[in-house]
Amino acid sequence: MHPIVEKTQLSPNVTRLVVTASRIAEIRRPGQFVIVRLGPGAERIPLTIADADPAAGTISLVIQAIGKSTEDLVALEVGGVIQDVAGPLGKPTELLESGHAVCVGGGVGTAVVYPIAQALHDRGVRVTSIIGGRSREWVIFEEELRRAGDVIVCTDDGSYGRHGFVTEALKDVCEAGGIDEVFAVGPVPMMRACSELTRPYGIRTTVSLNAIMVDGTGMCGGCRVSIDGRNQYACVDGPEFDGHQVDFKLLADRLTTYREFEQDALRRRHEELLRLAEARQLAEAH
Amino acid sequence: MPEMPTGETPAARDPEAASPTSGPAGGPAARASATPADPGATGAPAPRPVLTKKERMQIQRQLMPEQLAEIRAGNFGEVNLGLTEQLAILEAERCLVCPKPYCIDGCPVRVNIPKFIGHLMEGDVRSAAISLLDDNALPCVTGRVCPQETQCEAVCLRGKTGKPVGIGYLERYVADWAMEHRDLLPAGRPAASGRTVAIVGSGPAGLTAAGELAKRGHAVTVFEAFHAAGGVLLYGIPEFRLPKDIVQAEVDRLVAAGVAIAPDSIIGKTYTLPELREQFDAVFVAVGAGLPIFMNIPGENLKGVYSANEYLTRVNLMGAWNPESDTPILKGKRVAVVGGGNVAMDAVRTARRLGADEAAIVYRRSRAELPARAEEVHHAEQEEIHFEFLTVPVRIVGDDQGWVAGLECVRTELGEPDASGRRRPIKIDGSEFVIPADIVIVALGTRNNPLLTSTSPDLRLNEWGYIQVDDNLQTSMPGVFSGGDIVRGAATVILAMGDGKRAAASIDAYLRGELPPSTVTSPRATEAGESTEASAGAPRPAVEPAAKVAPAAPTAV
Repeated sequence: MHPIVEKTQLSPNVTRLVVTASRIAEIRRPGQFVIVRLGPGAERIPLTIADADPAAGTISLVIQAIGKSTEDLVALEVGGVIQDVAGPLGKPTELLESGHAVCVGGGVGTAVVYPIAQALHDRGVRVTSIIGGRSREWVIFEEELRRAGDVIVCTDDGSYGRHGFVTEALKDVCEAGGIDEVFAVGPVPMMRACSELTRPYGIRTTVSLNAIMVDGTGMCGGCRVSIDGRNQYACVDGPEFDGHQVDFKLLADRLTTYREFEQDALRRRHEELLRLAEARQLAEAH
Repeated sequence: MPEMPTGETPAARDPEAASPTSGPAGGPAARASATPADPGATGAPAPRPVLTKKERMQIQRQLMPEQLAEIRAGNFGEVNLGLTEQLAILEAERCLVCPKPYCIDGCPVRVNIPKFIGHLMEGDVRSAAISLLDDNALPCVTGRVCPQETQCEAVCLRGKTGKPVGIGYLERYVADWAMEHRDLLPAGRPAASGRTVAIVGSGPAGLTAAGELAKRGHAVTVFEAFHAAGGVLLYGIPEFRLPKDIVQAEVDRLVAAGVAIAPDSIIGKTYTLPELREQFDAVFVAVGAGLPIFMNIPGENLKGVYSANEYLTRVNLMGAWNPESDTPILKGKRVAVVGGGNVAMDAVRTARRLGADEAAIVYRRSRAELPARAEEVHHAEQEEIHFEFLTVPVRIVGDDQGWVAGLECVRTELGEPDASGRRRPIKIDGSEFVIPADIVIVALGTRNNPLLTSTSPDLRLNEWGYIQVDDNLQTSMPGVFSGGDIVRGAATVILAMGDGKRAAASIDAYLRGELPPSTVTSPRATEAGESTEASAGAPRPAVEPAAKVAPAAPTAV
């Protein structure tokens, strides 16, 4: 049983839940994730550990509400309970010893690069973060990342920071030179674009893949991704891989496997909420 | 019941009693109704006439009541409904109670079969239950999933001249009775030994060891990676063969006996094995062989290709068969399952129940070589599962949207026996054909999962990555024991349980300081140039070498 001790709305559809999980808080390392199951009948879903407080025995989970299961999770309030949190899973990030790293975060992926940027900064690596969102209200983790180094904020509509995509800012940074590694985490098209961009510069580029998982321990093989033409499991061999070797097209395609089911589940959830709201109104009217 | 002087028993003659019963509500309710309602309910012995050997020999083997195939293929209720008390006692009376019973030797956990059957034929179900539970920690499970035809029943004397005693049926009857009459059974706990044991994995090996160790007064904690205990009994074996409430009841019985369960604990991640060893007096590693084997043929990453592990875990553990579950599963109209073992049968019969009009097994050898349990093959055939024997896949065909459209195969013929002793399939050139399919499930077995072993540098592994143990199931780490699939490679529930029982005896001896040191040496000791004599001179491995489960390239036909 894992109680929610803090809840923050970070952007219109991204929520941060601080959850009690003392063992995981103690041993987790950047790049690792947990598998969360809200309760009976709920899905097992992988979520990156965005932050941890070993003293308080808590971890931070940053959740983008895009489907039934994630909407159920962010509907929890402080004092609510997640039944299962298993981990830490996946291989930790291989961190540079020194030099200059660029951490690129797109949307909720920004929460995934944050612990990497933090760890790099802690060991003396210079960190430049490039983060983006549709508009100002979609930008997350800016303040936290500023504690780890320079931050370039990009918005699609120009409402805040630089006007344009993170890839354009990344290109400028690469042109300036002196970059030892790029970490890019975000939607698949964004990670693909970042990897293609850095390829001609020969800059090592690490991406974190959000494949569909069930157990998270290598048992089901559902999260298989193609790396340099060979199948690997995102849960145990990753989730981080060399972006120049990832078959992003395959990943994007496999992520659509349950789209119909997901849309249906979400529609049913919204209908149910509507019914409940109507029933409540009716009860109040009487 | 009157004595049975002739072979034609009322039950054998009465089609209602011996033929399959059926009904759309073939689930737990039907199972409950198939259990005794009356005298057996108290477990009290009822006086019964003692039959002569000749009279026993004349009783025919009773048939297991089951859901009708055309009905059960559309639901997830249990196929076998269990014997009634009347049928169970009749079947028990077929046992000759041999003075030298071969059946006990045929059982990997050495259940004293004539003893519990003897009580049953006297009508004393309670004594039968006490005897059975003393030998077997999970009798409701084994009574349903053991391959009795190759074990206890294979060596039953009655099988020499006819059909063997239905030992599995009787075990299930007595075990189910015990589950429903827990209040009538002794519940005392032994005195605490003050020793602690960690068990890694809550599958059949781990749960059996837990039960045996708790019986000896040790404080047992079972660590499980998933959110619920049961291992393969929960995620692998389908509801229609082993209802999940039965597994939960077996786990509950262990918890009532003092066993602690720690879910969501991945050893190798949440804790390492050396960490556990520091915190417990002994550790039993029974994590199973986890990683699915794929075929390495083109098209395996298309949407609609599942490993059997993933397919069954979604349906069984995550409950995707139930529309109320949040976990999705693709429901194909045409499903092809590659493989011929129990897992393949489970997958194909599951696909049928999820609405597949055509569900086929694709197997590279012939019917005679099918490794699956005979009853599963029989049930699959009844459920109109299609079998493509002597067939091996070469490619999965996709459509332009990345979905599976078919399975391209070639025919094979059988050549000389290979290392496993089975005749080797050889491809027939030019015999390519495509089986139309929208789902392909790969059920070719599993290989070792390195999650635990890769974080245990002192654990000696064999060439396939499985854990090496000595005759007492000791590993190269002092106080760490191992058994089940992570030692054997993929095997059966009952072999894993046999390991669990033997490991518990070894651990108990170890905790009392009565076990000789392990003959398996640490890999680090060898690297450091220390004597390898112990391992070189080690006795024969305690278990059969895992030759048949070596992760040989499954495409090599």
